[in-house]
Amino acid sequence: MTALPDIVEITGPTPGQQLRKRMFGHQGFMIGAVFLVILVLIAILAPVLAPHDPYSQSLGDRMVRPVFMGGTWEHPLGTDHLGRDYLSRLIYGARISLLIGTVAALISGLIGTTLGVAAGYFGGRVDAVVTFLINVRLAMPVVLVALAVVAILGGSLNVVIGVLGLLLWDRFAVVMRASTLQIRNREFVAAARAIGCSTPRILLSEILPNIFNNLIVVVTLEMAHAILLEAALSFLGLGVQPPTPSWGLMVSEGKNMMLFEPWLVLIPGAVLFLLVLAINLMGDGLRDVTAPENRN
Amino acid sequence: MLRFILKRLGLAILVAFTVSFISFSLLFLAGDPAIAIAGENANAEDIAAIRELYGFDRPMLVQYAEWLWNALRFDFGQSYYFRLPVADLIAERLSVTMTLGVCGILFALLTAVPLGVIAAIRPNSLIDRIALFLSVAGQAMPSFWFGLILIVVFAIQLGWLPASGASSWRHFIMPTVVLGYYAMPAIMRLTRAGMLEVLSADYIRTARAKGASEGRVMFKHALRNAIIPVVSLAAVQMGFMLGGSIVVESIFALHGAGFLAWESIGRNDLPTVQALILVFALFYIIFTFLADVLNAWLDPRMRSS
Repeated sequence: MTALPDIVEITGPTPGQQLRKRMFGHQGFMIGAVFLVILVLIAILAPVLAPHDPYSQSLGDRMVRPVFMGGTWEHPLGTDHLGRDYLSRLIYGARISLLIGTVAALISGLIGTTLGVAAGYFGGRVDAVVTFLINVRLAMPVVLVALAVVAILGGSLNVVIGVLGLLLWDRFAVVMRASTLQIRNREFVAAARAIGCSTPRILLSEILPNIFNNLIVVVTLEMAHAILLEAALSFLGLGVQPPTPSWGLMVSEGKNMMLFEPWLVLIPGAVLFLLVLAINLMGDGLRDVTAPENRN
Repeated sequence: MLRFILKRLGLAILVAFTVSFISFSLLFLAGDPAIAIAGENANAEDIAAIRELYGFDRPMLVQYAEWLWNALRFDFGQSYYFRLPVADLIAERLSVTMTLGVCGILFALLTAVPLGVIAAIRPNSLIDRIALFLSVAGQAMPSFWFGLILIVVFAIQLGWLPASGASSWRHFIMPTVVLGYYAMPAIMRLTRAGMLEVLSADYIRTARAKGASEGRVMFKHALRNAIIPVVSLAAVQMGFMLGGSIVVESIFALHGAGFLAWESIGRNDLPTVQALILVFALFYIIFTFLADVLNAWLDPRMRSS
């Protein structure tokens, strides 16, 4: 019996293999992904990695400078105005940012995708209502409404996550509506309808998997958006409350000493910038390799 | 065209009313607004007095109708904190925010459009790469942090610019850069993509074949077509920027409407907050309406959708 030729030689690489190859070959995507994975690991391993308790104050060691500015390795990135270890607070801060970004993007993704897919698939009146809702949402000034709601309900992690989740669904709805419109009249959808599939089934197992790539791209971009907004809210004093180590809050606390100790502001802001940059690079890369036609 | 405008206007008005209802309902999010106004140390009698004074004991819809009727005549009630009409407070502060918004969008357009055009004419050149870097960095830059860095460098270290206030044009330079940089990436990407698309169009080839100079091809034929969507995006961005000016105004202590919003939120001055949310939303609605009309006027294909 002769050996059969390898299946790959006949059919060529599968679409999945091609996608993976393009992903690993995309410089921006890889830089973003590697940085993000490292940060996620740091956030998960925070209790192991942090050299000190991020909450423990030591008023005798206030504003010790980082090691590269004449400090010691006892506090590699120095201490803040209450003598708390800055590196430990940064490490725990990664948890806050990633948690808020992820959960807010999930909530808004659920709302936006439901609305967008319904509008795109059913059209007509459903579409008119959803388009109207998107218009209303876009007209609401996000920062102002979020600040007001947090002020009324009180600043806590849950409130901030909830407010951002309820506010940031617009891009999901817009993109999912357009993507659904593009495929709702394709043959496989018509075929599913012809063999009598129920509407929920068509939406979940025919439409959704085929717009999933676009969904993931929006998830990454909105995650970055939510992280930036949380930092801005906390910076303005109406987000996550002290003593929680949020990066936006750290910038805000360092602001008063900015004149003499600018590193207090520069370090947490730089980490925030890099995290958002990494997520955006990943999102842009994903769009390039999965749906290059959606680039603008 | 008239039909399109009327239809679009009807939608804008409907959106405005819905937003007004949402911004009014925010007051009731906490349950009883009287408790919020009275503060932590108030007793039951104080709360009851406040409830009666402001009419919170009536049904919410009645209160909304009254608020809306007054708002339509630019009467947003009295500020709890300043004891002055909210409308006067906002009118007084709006000029700073508008100045900042106009300067910001001009800065964004003046940097983004030339960069986008050059990037499209010479793809993968050094300038294209710089433009890409600036737009990627701009999208990830926390504006409050960018503002603080500018203060550290230009106000503290170099001493060139004032760090806060709004008394001269020099006070507006850093806020303009921060707010403008926020709008720049989207405008630049759209300019670049639009120019790339237009440059490969047949009429550009025809213009070149006719022997038109390269400058004439670029500006008379290509840019004029590529700029149409950019203008409407700029109008939408302007609406977003006015709402986002709250962060910039608080960093540079520019006493505009955004700063008023931040202060009022901190003081539980709910009538002022409600009115400001509505005013910022109205600006966005007006700008997007103008952008759509402009688009339909420049490009008749848009009128059907």
